[in-house]
Amino acid sequence: MKKISFTLNGELRYIYVAPNEGLLEVLRDKMGVKSPKCGCDSGDCGACTVILNGKTVRSCLIFAIEVDGQDILTLEGISKDGLTPLQTALNERNAYQCGYCAPGMILSVTELIKKNPHPSEHEIKESIAGNLCRCTGYKPVIDAVLEVTKKH
Amino acid sequence: MEEYKFIGKSAIRVDGKEKVSGAALYTDDLEFGPDLLYAEIVEGPHAHAMILSIDTSEAEKVPEVLAVVTGKDFPYNFGLYMKDRFIFAQDRVRFFGEQIAAVVARTPQAAKKAAKLVKVSYAPLPKVLSPIDAVKKNADLIHPDLENYEHVPWFFPKPKSNIAHHRKIRKGNVDQGFKDADYVLEDTYEVPRYSHCAIEYHAAVAKYDHSGRLTVWASSQSPHTQRNLFANALAPLGLKHNDVRVIAPHVGGGFGSKAGVTMEIIAAAVAMKVQGHPVKVLWNREREFYNTYQRLGVVAKLKIGVKKDGRITALHHELFWDAGAYVEYGANVVNAVGLSAIGPYKVENASIDSYCIYTNLPPGGPYRGFGYSEFLFGLESHMDRIAKHLGIDPIEIRRRNAIKEGDLTAYGAHMNPNGLLQAIDAVEKEIKWSEKLKSSNPDIAIGKGFSLFWKAPAMPPNASSSCFLKMNEDASINLLVSGMDLGQGFLTVMAQIAAEILSVPTSKIRTENPDTDRNPYEWQTVASHITWGCGNAVKKAAIDARDQIFDLIARTNFLPKDMLYLEDEKVKCKSDPSFELALRDFVINGIQMEDGTFKGGPIIGRGSFMPEYTSTNANPETSQGGHPNVHYTVGAAAAIIEIDKQTGKVKVKKIVEAVDCGKALNPSLVDGQIVGGIMQGISTVLYEDMKFDHRGKMLNPNFTDYKIPTALDVPDEIIPIIIEVAQPDGPFGARGMGEHTMIPVAPMIANAIDNALGIRIKTMPITAEKICLEILKKEKE
Repeated sequence: MKKISFTLNGELRYIYVAPNEGLLEVLRDKMGVKSPKCGCDSGDCGACTVILNGKTVRSCLIFAIEVDGQDILTLEGISKDGLTPLQTALNERNAYQCGYCAPGMILSVTELIKKNPHPSEHEIKESIAGNLCRCTGYKPVIDAVLEVTKKH
Repeated sequence: MEEYKFIGKSAIRVDGKEKVSGAALYTDDLEFGPDLLYAEIVEGPHAHAMILSIDTSEAEKVPEVLAVVTGKDFPYNFGLYMKDRFIFAQDRVRFFGEQIAAVVARTPQAAKKAAKLVKVSYAPLPKVLSPIDAVKKNADLIHPDLENYEHVPWFFPKPKSNIAHHRKIRKGNVDQGFKDADYVLEDTYEVPRYSHCAIEYHAAVAKYDHSGRLTVWASSQSPHTQRNLFANALAPLGLKHNDVRVIAPHVGGGFGSKAGVTMEIIAAAVAMKVQGHPVKVLWNREREFYNTYQRLGVVAKLKIGVKKDGRITALHHELFWDAGAYVEYGANVVNAVGLSAIGPYKVENASIDSYCIYTNLPPGGPYRGFGYSEFLFGLESHMDRIAKHLGIDPIEIRRRNAIKEGDLTAYGAHMNPNGLLQAIDAVEKEIKWSEKLKSSNPDIAIGKGFSLFWKAPAMPPNASSSCFLKMNEDASINLLVSGMDLGQGFLTVMAQIAAEILSVPTSKIRTENPDTDRNPYEWQTVASHITWGCGNAVKKAAIDARDQIFDLIARTNFLPKDMLYLEDEKVKCKSDPSFELALRDFVINGIQMEDGTFKGGPIIGRGSFMPEYTSTNANPETSQGGHPNVHYTVGAAAAIIEIDKQTGKVKVKKIVEAVDCGKALNPSLVDGQIVGGIMQGISTVLYEDMKFDHRGKMLNPNFTDYKIPTALDVPDEIIPIIIEVAQPDGPFGARGMGEHTMIPVAPMIANAIDNALGIRIKTMPITAEKICLEILKKEKE
């Protein structure tokens, strides 16, 4: 076990991890952060997406020990001060159904609109192409993102 | 048209904020404390084999292992419609990956390590991997004890065969019908197995405490049915129904895979061997593919006779279903199709033989569409081919044969009111059917395809729903139901129904996924029946609460009950406009009389619903005489596609789909079902391709090799159209529509490919490779 520290949703946290422990299981099982989900454990589905130093990564493919000294943001961190305009637009359009893919997908869009506040439809699609969703057909999500990025 | 305040409005989901904020908790997100144990499964590496011995001694020695259990610990069979399943394999394994044993340990690592040390010796048996082989003379029997299994009275297993059920329709005079035909088309269509691919795994945690109480937290479409099956299967261990409690958190996608009982019973059973500790059983992506339900595969032989004008004179549909190793649920898919494989057409002379066939592949079971996607692939392909042969427009031939209200179904019941013709017209107009499209790129072919669809809920005749409605001090409401919000928006719609009756806004109505101890009975959230069935129960509960309110006001304020009405959370009176009383003033604490006494008490509404007109009593040789289905939901869809002739790749440009949901209680949620269902349909026809090897092992149980669409695969345009021809016994006229939306997609894409290139592909999936090979074949001709 090695003691590491990193910033999780704006708070400096310390934790003991084994060298082979994945970031996803450490976040969920040791730190109580439940919004990143496991949907394949092999980097295909994107449900475990978190933002590492401003860029989305799949937390199931990263060892926890690798994030020592880094900065991690999950949907809990995004929602801390109330819903963002993006989350509000998604909610008002009933964009999600079961909601399991939502945390990962919302982080992917968050990364996009930070870099590119007025993305094209194709850019939106590309940004979430690594987040699998079986319920929505993606279109309500794309429409909500288009609406909110035109407005803001 | 009646004006509603809450019904027909696109209310925001009651669980919307939870889901977009990351607050929504699913089964594996729940915390069970430091005493939580983990179970790991031991799987059989044969599709069909006798189990000779199981040696658990080495596994038991692993530190932190508390128990190793095998089939011997639970010699009980279970199942929803036929008890042909076992918690762990008994004397034989019947599919590759079947559970043989489980190890329970303090950590997942210890459980995994020990599971590898369980030694099982097998004597392999000949395996049967296709339904056609399974019905051959002298085929090896997968269930030699078939005749001893308990089953529902509407199944007809054939002892000493691999046929677990045969649903037979005989209507009119089919031989005469074919003689009267000017043209007869006969062909075979094949639809393989598919996987649900909910993004959340199956997960169950169970605790059997020292008081003898079994609590199971599960990702579930069927909390009460799970309670029932757990209690029945484990009754020999002393469980009663009221000892069992199922708690269902949010579900990360179901599509049928989390209906009935599959892996959850492992958690329930194992927990009883480690009393006092919670035990978690968590599936992984691989097991999601090969050890839950899969959609059944089918080989469908179809023969249709028509007059020159396209009118159907006779139909014969023979369906050989690859139902897998256990058919306790899947046999009812076969039954449902057997009853309905005439499609949404008026057919005077019909015969259907739908065979449920055991194979040594994973158990087939419920999947969105419940068999209708499978048989309509052939039927709707066939209708296009007949139209082409006769020189009739494909939409026109469907219009001429469309079933209408009052026409007889295949089993002789009357068709319910429906908007099939309106749907056809609406789609034809929106897709601009008569407009010819041509690409400027010679390598691109453009095609248009059309398809109808229909589906009825497949349920036992006494499937029921119920509701408790509790009013709170501030006139807010807790609505207790046991349907599951799988994402379709069920809970939101239930809140809208209660809101409409009681004039309390949906924002003041709390309704959540159930706990079987607290919430009243619901059969299951399947069959697209929940809006209709549970909606009726909620409406009754709200009316019951309203009656209590009016009774009280009539008694205390001496007003005529029939003049009272509710508006804006107040009781008002038509004959005394000066009277109004806010609900919050009395729904809990009652109304004080002049002498200081109080009248009334907490308002608690109660509603239950069972369709009292359904019956499965029918002649098994013809299926005539009963009323097995409550109603059909119908619709139409069309697509425009582009095909790259060099690569065979299909790009879906536009899809229009019209569905008659009776009354769209929440149009935004209806649109969501249409768009999501279309994408799932596109996925089955163009992307997903399940592969098994000669051993019956699935080769691509992961999202790398089993493709489902991403956002980049979304068609340029999807146009949902809502048709509303009221269902007489539906809440505000509503009937179900959740499954239906994916059903027309596969045949309309096949029809569009034919329209673009003049090639007919009769097996799913329609891959680029298949299209290219057909193009080459055609060029050679």
